[in-house]
Amino acid sequence: MKKLLLGNAAVARGLYEAGCRFVSSYPGTPSTEITEEAARYDEIYAEWAPNEKVAFEAAAGASIGGARSFCAMKHVGLNVAADPLFTVSYTGVNAGMLIGVADDPGMASSQNEQDSRHYARAAKLPMLEPSDSQECKDFVQLGYTLSEQYDTPVFLRLSVRVDHSQTLVELGERSVPEFPPYAKDMKKYVMLPGNAIARHVVVENNLAALAEAAETCPINRVEMGDTSVGFVTAGICYQYVKEAFPEASVLKLGMVWPLPVKLIRAFAAKVDRLIVVEELDGFLESHCRANGIRVDGGKDLFGLQGELSQTRIAEALGAAKKPALCFDEPVAPRPPALCPGCPHRGTFYTLSKLGLTVFGDIGCYTLGALPPLGAMDATLCMGASISALHGFQKAQGPESAKRSVCVIGDSTFMHSGITSLTDVVYNKGISTVLILDNSITGMTGHQQNPTTGKTLKGETVPMIDIVRVCEGLGIRRVRVVDPGHLRELEDALREELAVDEPSVLVLRRPCVLLPQVRAQQKPPLQVDREACRGCGMCMRIGCPAMRFDGRAEIDPTLCVGCRLCTQLCHFDAIGKEEQ
Amino acid sequence: MNETRCIMIVGVGGQGTLLASRILGNLLTGAGYDVKVSEIHGMSQRGGSVVTYVKYGRKVYSPVIDRGEADLILCFERLEAARWLPWLRKGGRMIVNDQRIDPMPVITGAMSYPDDILARLRALGADVTAVDALGLACQAGSAKAANVVLLGVLSADGAFPEEAWQAALAEEVKPKFLELNRRAFALGRSAAV
Repeated sequence: MKKLLLGNAAVARGLYEAGCRFVSSYPGTPSTEITEEAARYDEIYAEWAPNEKVAFEAAAGASIGGARSFCAMKHVGLNVAADPLFTVSYTGVNAGMLIGVADDPGMASSQNEQDSRHYARAAKLPMLEPSDSQECKDFVQLGYTLSEQYDTPVFLRLSVRVDHSQTLVELGERSVPEFPPYAKDMKKYVMLPGNAIARHVVVENNLAALAEAAETCPINRVEMGDTSVGFVTAGICYQYVKEAFPEASVLKLGMVWPLPVKLIRAFAAKVDRLIVVEELDGFLESHCRANGIRVDGGKDLFGLQGELSQTRIAEALGAAKKPALCFDEPVAPRPPALCPGCPHRGTFYTLSKLGLTVFGDIGCYTLGALPPLGAMDATLCMGASISALHGFQKAQGPESAKRSVCVIGDSTFMHSGITSLTDVVYNKGISTVLILDNSITGMTGHQQNPTTGKTLKGETVPMIDIVRVCEGLGIRRVRVVDPGHLRELEDALREELAVDEPSVLVLRRPCVLLPQVRAQQKPPLQVDREACRGCGMCMRIGCPAMRFDGRAEIDPTLCVGCRLCTQLCHFDAIGKEEQ
Repeated sequence: MNETRCIMIVGVGGQGTLLASRILGNLLTGAGYDVKVSEIHGMSQRGGSVVTYVKYGRKVYSPVIDRGEADLILCFERLEAARWLPWLRKGGRMIVNDQRIDPMPVITGAMSYPDDILARLRALGADVTAVDALGLACQAGSAKAANVVLLGVLSADGAFPEEAWQAALAEEVKPKFLELNRRAFALGRSAAV
């Protein structure tokens, strides 16, 4: 039976069919749905780990314990997991282990567009790259086979357009291999220098054997056609090339590390021009060049940034630009925005009003940087808000601590905020840390986390109490405040900024999109157009439900009655009748 | 490439474009086509401009629709219709929900919301069908059903039998909301003829 499946759902289906028993991940666009879909299969144990390093290590332990295991992460998540990655490469596996890593060329939802293929080369691991959902499923099965045959974890490299495209997949049955027994093997698993030296030899030998196998591996496939031009490509770019040049010769690489140099060389010899098509870095191209293979076009044609497409490739190779209609006036961009009723809006309004320097973090609340709120000075990576603020204040002197704060979400705090807060406490910082606790992992689409009291499979578990964690680290001033009450929020913030010791404000209000919040949604507010003086105060919160034509107006299809604008109106013109 | 049909669904994050693309994907798969549906997840969904590509034919390679390639654009909001006009092929059709949602630069006063978008789209050569999908959805029982109203409008082109649409609806919509969505679909379909 053929079914239309998201690439991510097809990976999950592949895990199911290949007899995977253990999945541990941290959510991150565009990888999130793999783990959510895997969790739907009762046969697979699946969990959200607090971060990617933990997820990776748990999957490694499960492999040692004899279960085919998997962990998924976005490209930047792999940076977090890089420490165990480079050493699990040495220990190898017991049962097969697969690492799904999802790149985001074009940065639809990321802070950089790093190319995770470099990790395969650096950590000496094979990497497979599917180009549609069918291959997502098939490459999982192949990945486990290679993992067990060559005693190595295997990468499955995805990209946003494969993750989030639905294409047809032939479904199969689940087949669970016989589980290898666990046997103590210190030479293989205890990475003392003496053992690691011996394992490094094994890694290099395995990689050489894999490179040889890549020459004949059926997922590295030549499709000969017109020989005036030949394309070397992989992943989603294969689809773009086939659409732009259906008659051309193509070498499609399903395994992007190690590379089949002899196969590429032989293909290059058969075509007049060799063009390498890949998104992001010239990974394939430089390996070709390093091996003396003539490349007639690559990054010089397609650039290092963003997603490619059939048109970008065709035009780079000289096709005429397609004519396109164009609207006769500039169209206002529509960037994402904090939702109407978002608990973060009051927080960012207040930070903006007080003119504070704000170190941000990764989550929906990064949108607090956009106008009209604009309440953000720096955003780097998961957990960096607290540690970067600490460094900033050390550089600027203690007075700066009265004018600067950081904001971090509940899930991000669990991911890597705790160690940063430890730095503040340990090294006599006096930062004011705002933990924006909206009771869910928001940006990636509502995943549970250790502070929500629910697991990925929906079981109820004890909540990790953020207040007690902070107190346990030695923070004496920890307060819980509802960011929906602007006055209370501002007062608390002023007090904590004034003190000469570290403090944590837990700004607690659940995400407005949570079902339990939606169930209690208030009716939309109305503006009394007689009472409104058109001062524009209510427009300063950047609410998508507000409009202004000289006087304020509220879109009833968007307003959820949060009453933040009511609190700002000096003329009592908003939401009177609803009170 | 000529035999591949390209449909885009464009709107504002939160408007239900993903359900519309699932229903469409189900319909096209059921009709025996090779189908690719490419969506946007993550940050852009938070009230941003969103786009879904739906392509079908004997064999589809790229899941992406580029400028000048769309046969049809299903627009959930007027300004989004203007934004995505360059993606319409010459002679292509737009079905536009005649609804206005101000983007943040308009809310903050930095930019303005254009007047007479639909008339201007027509003047520029687009074959525009306008419909008050939000009004019809409310009439069916929920503003959230505007997505299915628009599919009802699309269905009236007769490319696929109504039973096929109904089957796709039944498979993709939660049973609890099926009746509501059937009403929305019927209202859209009759508004189009």
